[in-house]
Formats: sequence, structure tokens, C-alpha cells
Amino acid sequence: MKILVPLKRVPDPDTKIRVKPDGSGIETDGVKFAVNPFDSIALEEALRLREKIGTGEIVVVTIGGEECAEQLRTGLAMGADRAILAKSATALDSLAVAKVLAAVYKKEQPALVLMGKQAIDDDSNQAGQMLAALLGIGQITFVSKLELTDGHQRARCSRETDAGIENLTISLPAVLTADLRLNEPRYVSLPGIMKAKKKPLEELTPESLGVNAVSRTRILKLERPAGRKAGVRVKTVDELITKLRHEAKVL
Amino acid sequence: MNRVLVIAEHDQGHLKLATFAAAGFAQKVCAASGGTFDFLLLGSGLTAAAEDLRKSGAGAVLTADSPELAQPLADRYAKVIADTAKARAATLVVAAASTFSKDILPRAAGLLDAGMLSDVIDVRGEGDDLTFRRVMFAGNVIATVQLDGAIKCVAVRSAAFTAPAATAALSPVEAVAVDAAALPKFAEFINRETKVSARPDATEARIIVSGGRALKNAADFERLVGGLADLLGAAVGSSRALVDSGITPNSLQIGQTGKVVAPDLYFALGISGAIQHMAGMKDTKVIAAINKDPDAPIFEIADYGLVADVYEAVPELMQKLKT
Repeated sequence: MKILVPLKRVPDPDTKIRVKPDGSGIETDGVKFAVNPFDSIALEEALRLREKIGTGEIVVVTIGGEECAEQLRTGLAMGADRAILAKSATALDSLAVAKVLAAVYKKEQPALVLMGKQAIDDDSNQAGQMLAALLGIGQITFVSKLELTDGHQRARCSRETDAGIENLTISLPAVLTADLRLNEPRYVSLPGIMKAKKKPLEELTPESLGVNAVSRTRILKLERPAGRKAGVRVKTVDELITKLRHEAKVL
Repeated sequence: MNRVLVIAEHDQGHLKLATFAAAGFAQKVCAASGGTFDFLLLGSGLTAAAEDLRKSGAGAVLTADSPELAQPLADRYAKVIADTAKARAATLVVAAASTFSKDILPRAAGLLDAGMLSDVIDVRGEGDDLTFRRVMFAGNVIATVQLDGAIKCVAVRSAAFTAPAATAALSPVEAVAVDAAALPKFAEFINRETKVSARPDATEARIIVSGGRALKNAADFERLVGGLADLLGAAVGSSRALVDSGITPNSLQIGQTGKVVAPDLYFALGISGAIQHMAGMKDTKVIAAINKDPDAPIFEIADYGLVADVYEAVPELMQKLKT
């Protein structure tokens, strides 16, 4: 079974995000970058599926500049077989990303796309669903449990929704997006890193894929939200009740 | 001129309040640059829910009513939304941010070749020159964004918009024809593991009592967090740590990847205040935090902070609120 796993380069989740003074972007000096955590979960699930089946190929793909090769190498070090870097000098919005991924999908013809439910930088939560729409295949978002059925022709998934866990089946190929509790990704091992250096990393461009990747969203300005300031410390439960009743008037 | 389509969300026929906030956003857009909005309600057996949408100033309440739409499956719903948007020459498709809309609206946007913005908290400008403000980086950055294209999709934070005032005139209800045979059927629904709870939904409650890592097990969570919530008629919430360790169900999680809430009062009980948790609750009007660690980050945003062990402070709080 061939599985395509898109990975995104994002600021490390533990980094404090600072906006540039002119609002043109976020400060990247001294910022550590990582694979989007939800994408690592998706890749881990792909690796586990392959381990279970005993055979298969896992292809990781990202879109961006040369620097994104670092995240692809991380994916290869975790155990992916091949990597594709679709080079783009400008940041693309979710729809443009989905168009590039759809072209990669058509080239690779995977049986399954596993990706993170959202990237922790723009928090859009759109690309997987848009990709499934463009390809005319099914989708299950927010997957917390995944099992292949019917001789790998279908999958049975649990997904996390506001109302609780939903259980569904879906015909493959499909796009499945990973939620937090699908698994805990493995750490990259030293032998894994050594092996990753020898694995193939192919560079493409949206043009070579025949995609006109135009973003319809344009960010004009970034700013910090008005911060909340710390209030007061109360010393006792009685004081807390008094403040909530008579000062804040919320009880 | 805008032709806005507001996707109504409901739970077994009970409308989500967030739907009316999405209508408030649509009204704000129409006030700034002209036009009208319609509701689109999808499901099976929608008469009562449609009735509840008639007093919000919509041009029409469109219903796509079919047994094939009984469950909110993305492949089917997105097709009906995209087909309706095209047939009505909609310029903007709007929904309130939730797991329902996050699943369905981007798929509809893909079918419509439309750009989309998630987590929109404001719209500014006039005429064709509208800009939207949205939240990024776990709530640490607000972006001002322009959206191009003849049709656009937007998911809005319900806490950021006010529901339209009730109108005397009732919007007409119009059925949208659903060709059941033409609906894609990639996914099949099996079941939903919902715990029946008498407590309000965290996204709709005036008060939320939320628990974190200090709660050691499900029984303690229920006794302390659930107990205080019931005393106040409040909803319950949970930090990610408790969901990850199986103490609370995922549907209670508040945060960047869970529910985003903005109640009048949020009790943070034994919650340290990780960035991803605060992203889901920092627009609350009043935050009261109880935590035994005086350096917990939650105290940096709490209006009232009490350094105490929740196992001692919460029973005392409940006792004193009863009297």
C-alpha cells in the first residue's frame, strides 16, 4: 500500500511567537522549526499501517523553500521511504496547497493520504478537506483511531467531534486527517538519521506539476492581540466569592 | 452586492446558538457592503429547526431535507452546500467555527474553487473592499486578511458576533431539491458515542467550570469540577492533559485544538495554563483560577487567582456557595 503524507514546516510548538514590528510577518530569527505536530502523528500512523501490513511505500511531501528539506529529512528519518519537495518561493494558502498536493497525488497514485488536521501556524484546518474535494474522493477529519478493513479497500475510523466520538467507514483512496490522540509519534533515532541521508528527495515545482497555485487569501498585516493583564490574587475562598459576586458580578 | 449563505448547524434538530452568531456576521457584512443573507439547513426532518430560523432577518430559510442527510457526512453535505451556493449565485458562504463546519466547509470551498478563512473574529471596510481579521498561532497573532474570488468561504468565531435581533416578519421557508442518487457516498456513518449529559454545552454556557492536571481521576473530576458546575448551572470543560490521560472525554477539551469558548465566567481548577489551552478560553470575560502552584501561567491571565489545592478549595467553595 502506498501512503502519501504531507508535512509542513512550522515554528516549534514551544517557541514564543513574536510579530515583527512592522506587522509584515513573524520573527524567524533564532526560531527553531519543526514538522507540524499533527503531521508527525499522520506519518506515525502511516508507519504503523505499513508495519502491520508488512509491505508498502510511504512518500512524504512538502511545499516551500529549500529550508523545508530539513522537515522532509526528519520524515525520512522517522521511516518514510521517499520525499518530494514542491518548491514555492511564496507562502501558499490552503486552497493553493491543496491544488499542488492534488497534482502530486495524481502523479503518485497513493491508496491513502494521511495528514495533520491543522497546521499550528495558521491554524486553518482546511487543506485535507480541500484536497479530498479536488480529487473527488472521501475524507475523514479528526481521526483518533484507524483500522483498514475489506482487504484494504476500506477504512474504519473514529473521529473526535464537539459532540463526542463518531465512528465511520470510508472507501479508499481517501484523505484522513489526524487528531492528537491517534498515536504518539516515535522519536527519530540516530540510525534513522543516517539512513535518511541516503533516501531520495525529489524536487518539483508547481509549474512542472502543471498547477497554477494562486493564493486567494492575502495577509495584509499581523499583530498581537490585546493582551489580558493579570488580575488580583485573593487569599481565601471567601474573598474569591465576594469578588465574583460584588466586583465582577458574575455569580 | 453580497448574497450570503449561512450554513445552520444543529444537533438532532436542535439549532446551535452559534448559528445565530454566524447570521450576525452575515448581517454585519451586508450592512457594510450591501446584500442579503439566506440560511441553509441540512438534515432529515427539519420542520421545527427551520421554524426557529425564521425570525433572524434572513431572505429565506432554505432546507435540504432528506433521509440521506440524516448524519452530517462531509462528502454529502459539501456537495449540497456547493450546489446550492452555485444555484443561488452566492458570493459568501458562512458557518460558525466548530468541528461540524471545519469538516464540511473547506470541502465545499474546494468544490467551489473558493478561498476560505477560518476563525474570523471581525470584518471591516465597505463596498467591495472588505478585510477580515482572524486568529492564528494558537491565538497569539491576529491577521488582517483580504480574500479574493467571486465566491468566498468564511468560518467565524461565534463569541465575536452578536445574533440578529428577532424580527416580526418571518422569513419564508424554501425546500432545496436533494437528488439522493447523485450524492457521493464515500463515507458511511456507524454510530456516535455521546454521553447524555444534562449539563449545557461549553460553547453555549454563561459559566464554565474547567479542570486540569491537578484532578487525579475521573471520580474526582466529577465530584469537584462536575459538582461545582452543577451548583452553578454551568458547563464543564477540561484541559488537554486530562483528555490525553483518559480522565475526561475529548468533547470536553478546551483549547487550540478543542473548543474555543468565551463565557462570562471561567473557573480554571488545577489548570496550569499551557498556551494551547489559553488559546481556547482567553476571550472569557472573567477568569477565576485556583492552582497550588503560585507560578502557574494561568495566573498571568486570571482576573482572580487563588493559590490553593483544588482538593481543599473547591469543596469549601461549593459548601459556601450553597449557604
